[in-house]
Amino acid sequence: MNIEYYIVLSIALFCIGIAGVLTRRNAIIIFMCIELMLNAVNLLLVAFSKMHHLKGVAANPNAGIEGQLFVFFIMVVAAAEVSVGLAIIVMMYRNTHSVDVNFLNRLKH
Amino acid sequence: MSISEILFYFLSVMALGSALMVIISRNPVHSVLWLIVTFFAISGHYIMMNAQFLGIVNLIVYAGAIMVLFLFVIMLMNLNAETEPKKNKWLRMAGIVAGGCLLLVLVAALKDAEVRTSAVQLVDGDIGLIKQLGSVLFTDYVVPFEISSVLFLSAMVGAVVIGKKGD
Repeated sequence: MNIEYYIVLSIALFCIGIAGVLTRRNAIIIFMCIELMLNAVNLLLVAFSKMHHLKGVAANPNAGIEGQLFVFFIMVVAAAEVSVGLAIIVMMYRNTHSVDVNFLNRLKH
Repeated sequence: MSISEILFYFLSVMALGSALMVIISRNPVHSVLWLIVTFFAISGHYIMMNAQFLGIVNLIVYAGAIMVLFLFVIMLMNLNAETEPKKNKWLRMAGIVAGGCLLLVLVAALKDAEVRTSAVQLVDGDIGLIKQLGSVLFTDYVVPFEISSVLFLSAMVGAVVIGKKGD
């Protein structure tokens, strides 16, 4: 399997996430689309790590393992991000009784 | 067509279709369920590339913990298709066009890339196993690992402080 298939798949998933962020107004759905983009990047990192492993396995048996460790750290950061982000959304819902991001323009005034 | 190619296409169609359903469906609960299907497809890709640890962690952390948290918050707020805010038709169209343009640009940039014919190792290779990952994580990457524990602690404190009622 060539890397280009994985690149195209990840680009497509990432762009679906972008389109979701731009087209929806529900804050929770926007947040979920961000998770989708993070996962697209994770998939690409793992694919590249396996590509480098195939190229460099003769010189170094652990070639390409950094990619998978980065994915692990991205998952750690994503979990922390979700806990804080959902707390912010719950607080926003408590104050405005809506999850519509357009309500947040009152921060301007 | 080998079995791994068939599996690749099956998982890719599953991931893309359910990702589209995430942004199409009106009901937020359905969106969460479709996103879980997407994560299962991505985990299938990991397992196909023999990144077994990441495949399982993806299932446990994303599909198990994070999505349950989303579902919990949505049910707490009692959101459904009726309360879903609707965006202006033209703004929605502009968002889809913008996403499509990004897709077009990135795929076009890939066309002349040298890397695109390099093969990805499927099924075989043991860097994705927990033994190799663990030994590298706890020797070369032990400082970032400890720093991430501080990040978790601050996220925990932050979530409690933000979510506290009244102040």
